[in-house]
Amino acid sequence: MLPHVDYVRAEGVAHALALLDRHGAGARLLAGGTDLLVDLRERRSAPALLVDISELDELAAIRAEDGALHIGAGVTVAALREDATVQAEFPALAEAARWFADYLTRNKATLGGNLANASPGADFLVPLLALDAAVTIAAAAGDRTVPLDQFLLGPRQTALGRGELLREVVLPRSAPAGQAYEKLGLKHGGAIAVVSCAVVMDVRAGRGARVRIVLGAAAPRPFRARAAEERLEGQPLSAERAEQAAALAAGAAQPISDVRGSAEYRRAMVQALVRRGIDAAQAAAVRS
Amino acid sequence: MSASRMEERVSQRTISFTLNGQPMRLEINPHETLLHVLRERAAAAEVKSGCERGDCGACAVLVDGRGVNSCLTLAVQVDGKAVTTVRGLGTPDAPHPLQAAFLEQGAAQCGFCIPGMLVTLQAFLSERPAPTRAEIREAIAGNLCRCTGYHKILDAAETAARQMRAVQA
Ligand SMILES: Cc1cc2nc3c(=O)[nH]c(=O)nc-3n(C[C@H](O)[C@H](O)[C@H](O)COP(=O)(O)OP(=O)(O)OC[C@H]3O[C@@H](n4cnc5c(N)ncnc54)[C@H](O)[C@@H]3O)c2cc1C
Repeated sequence: MLPHVDYVRAEGVAHALALLDRHGAGARLLAGGTDLLVDLRERRSAPALLVDISELDELAAIRAEDGALHIGAGVTVAALREDATVQAEFPALAEAARWFADYLTRNKATLGGNLANASPGADFLVPLLALDAAVTIAAAAGDRTVPLDQFLLGPRQTALGRGELLREVVLPRSAPAGQAYEKLGLKHGGAIAVVSCAVVMDVRAGRGARVRIVLGAAAPRPFRARAAEERLEGQPLSAERAEQAAALAAGAAQPISDVRGSAEYRRAMVQALVRRGIDAAQAAAVRS
Repeated sequence: MSASRMEERVSQRTISFTLNGQPMRLEINPHETLLHVLRERAAAAEVKSGCERGDCGACAVLVDGRGVNSCLTLAVQVDGKAVTTVRGLGTPDAPHPLQAAFLEQGAAQCGFCIPGMLVTLQAFLSERPAPTRAEIREAIAGNLCRCTGYHKILDAAETAARQMRAVQA
């Protein structure tokens, strides 16, 4: 049983924002509910009012505009997984959607919920950081767009202020062709990441370019392993260099020990996954 | 009347939806899950309550044809929608191809996971009528079965998919 809570189905983003304003700290947005309703049940959260945004078409669209792909916060993982542009241009994101949760959960879970919830192991934060994504935040006063890196303040902490709503994710369409997302779960389906990583890069004359290496579930929040990136950026690529970069990424990780794995295990797995990710991204970049 | 009773009265509301094609009107509280309301108030005990946190798939139902876990859906959210449980797929006299194949091939053991399994497979096969065995495995990754080891479930799902395609053709 869930604790008592009131409920309103929002009629639009403007209506949702007005409800958030009127009800203040007691109001929470409800999207797919796959994080929030579990939190309510386990008494980790006790809002007075749920503002249901799960039926808003204006949040559920994916559209290309001004050299960027705009993915609505209300797009479900199931829809993201099927999107042709995402598959063609953002394979690291598509791969994260592919191995996300399970069929039933993907039908409800949304991209926006994953970002707003900002769990250290949230899958989508990892490829999106590597793809230089920004997010648009809606408020009564108007919209603002911030880089995802600045949106993400810490574990379960974001730049979303009271009365604000995540409207969409903005992805520049000039992404490097070399992309990989690697996730280690305790099983193949329905599993939260033990650790994960995204590697995004171009290869120019045998050298790494625009290299991004992002680690998930390896620190309080997903982050770019910059020392590892620098080992490849502008440098001639080789197996040895890839291994060095992977070791630097493992060194930058600050993993915890929990039910999914010890810190030591996580660190070793970061190294293995980053190595795999570099190889896969490099191969994809060379193929393109 | 206590404060909390008052509060409950204030937010209680009526929802209308169809359950396996039958119109329903129920007084509910907004914090009640669809799982709870179906089992306790709509006599739909075929919807099983397992983990109640989206991990096991035993409570899966179709909402407007989409497979979802009813434990992570609020009853108030199905106002105006069509809810289908395993009972809505077919009857003992006229079973759905999935139900028939599961019976014939002994794919159910204790049976607890089967209502959710069948509903999930129905939703999945309507989207993807000719899946590979690996794709079927992936589709039921969120439907835990602790008896069968899944082999007979996968066999039966493949048989049913073939039959459903034959009927379509
Ligand atoms: C069985 C299971 C498996 C899972 N597997 C994975 C997995 O593999 N990988 C993974 O990363 N996660 C996983 N999760 C966690 C969860 O499904 C995801 O984080 C999901 O993306 C959350 O989205 P939602 O729409 O369900 O969010 P909700 O639960 O509706 O909301 C989550 C939080 O975000 C806020 N919110 C939602 N939308 C907005 C918005 N537009 N603007 C502002 N705030 C908003 C809500 O108020 C709430 O605080 C799993 C969960 C379950 C139950």
